[in-house]
Amino acid sequence: MTFSINPWIDLQQMLQYQFMQHAFEAGTIVAILAGIVGYFVVLRRSSFAAHALSHIGFSGAAAAVLIGVSPIYGLLLFTSVGGLGIAALGRRAANRDAEIGIVLAFMLGLGVLFLSLYTGYATEAYSILFGEILGVSFSNVLLTFVAGVIVLVLISLVYRPLLFASLDEDVAEAKGMPVVLLGIVFMLLVAVATSFAVQVVGVLLIFSLMVTPAATAQLLAKRPGRVIIISVVIALIATWLGLFIAFFEPYPVSFFITTIVFVFYLFVRFITPRIRNFLSGFGESTIS
Amino acid sequence: MSAQHEIITSKNLVAGYPDNIVWRDATFSIDRGEFVAVIGPNGAGKTTLFRLLLGLQQPVSGAIKIFDAAPKRGNPQISYVPQRHIFDDDTNVESLELVRLGFSGKKWGLGLFSHEDRKAALDVLQDVGATDLAHRSLGILSGGELQRIFLAEALVSKPTLLLLDEPLSNLDMRRERELLHLIDGVVRSRNVTALLIAHNINPLLPYLDKVIYIANGKVATGTPKEVLTSASLSALFGVQVEVLRDSRGNIAVVGIEDYHRCQPE
Repeated sequence: MTFSINPWIDLQQMLQYQFMQHAFEAGTIVAILAGIVGYFVVLRRSSFAAHALSHIGFSGAAAAVLIGVSPIYGLLLFTSVGGLGIAALGRRAANRDAEIGIVLAFMLGLGVLFLSLYTGYATEAYSILFGEILGVSFSNVLLTFVAGVIVLVLISLVYRPLLFASLDEDVAEAKGMPVVLLGIVFMLLVAVATSFAVQVVGVLLIFSLMVTPAATAQLLAKRPGRVIIISVVIALIATWLGLFIAFFEPYPVSFFITTIVFVFYLFVRFITPRIRNFLSGFGESTIS
Repeated sequence: MSAQHEIITSKNLVAGYPDNIVWRDATFSIDRGEFVAVIGPNGAGKTTLFRLLLGLQQPVSGAIKIFDAAPKRGNPQISYVPQRHIFDDDTNVESLELVRLGFSGKKWGLGLFSHEDRKAALDVLQDVGATDLAHRSLGILSGGELQRIFLAEALVSKPTLLLLDEPLSNLDMRRERELLHLIDGVVRSRNVTALLIAHNINPLLPYLDKVIYIANGKVATGTPKEVLTSASLSALFGVQVEVLRDSRGNIAVVGIEDYHRCQPE
């Protein structure tokens, strides 16, 4: 299939297919989740923990495939247990990259074993590693929706305490706030967001939804509420545009999504400051 | 002062762990509205005193009371500014947000429709002379600017006791004097008690009501005149030290080198 001149007609044509509808529905929920949870990942400098969780999830997904259930259940189970483990190490200990890396490598090894034991198609491994949003089933969309609602309710409940504990943990602790519990809640949020994001971009490209949109948004705004909104918008644009292009071009969705968020990042990181400088210089010269 | 003005009382207090006592036999009282310096060598147990007051650590023995009750975690009457507390320079969160969280960070929910915290934060930023920093990013503030923001974050919940752990470290002499002047103003105008941990007592001397001097596993407390004498500090350190004064009232404690020589580092 190729693009026509009218993108509206292209969109209608694309959404006639049920698998594209499902992909859009799941992709939208995942983008919102990842955009929000990603802000806390960036603020708490837990990128590596998110990275580790997705790799721990890989062995979970492989184990699920081996016993013949949907990979998402394996992902959820393994990332949640992994998240609890990292949270149990404590915030400062969570920066102990070596320990997390050791567990991560072992879990990847387990994943390889599970996949080799699995005698079905090799495409399963490929879709866990690089995402397979176009194959998402209706029941998976439903599960994504339910998880999305739960995560959003939970985040709106703990929003201010989590923000405080992420920004200023010592003071939060002295104020008697449950910083350890908040750390556990945070890691579970990351576990769930990561598990569903793996459906879209895969284990290896998880940063493109969990980190890049939030890190880009953080360069554009200073108020957490605004940063989160911008982060979600970037994740949504990348997901929608990626799906749209991938429908007409024979390349993987996750390639387009990662490329779009990367272009966003480059633009904001290097071009926006110049525009700002130019505009402020212009403003000053007109005033004086 | 009458008894009801006392907000901290300590009797035969022993701090640390049963097999590793940090200091012992601390008996003192602090009144409402006093500016108190906590002074002593590194590792003497100054922060331990704060942890006891915050309820983050329990005394080995003895009694400590704060507002006539045992210390408990999360006492809303206490605000604490921890030591060496900086943000990475890519932390792009505006100062106002941190001060707001000092007011509402304990509340559950999004608080989308409450602007009470924003107003309280802006008011307190004005009080500490940091209105112009409100929309600046925490990651790019200087040490002196950050200390003002931390003070605002601590004051926004309207505490009666401020615990400041080495706020003067990393400040040059001018910023040091400015911050002390500001803290002193807060103590007097809000009738707040401030305990401030510092290395050097001299910049503090014009403001202090009391000194808690911790050294050699012992604690000496009183007005600067009572504590900062050759006799009192000699008894504290357990070696003969001498307190010298210059014409402007600055002091120098001579002879602590002997004490340090006897201490295993």
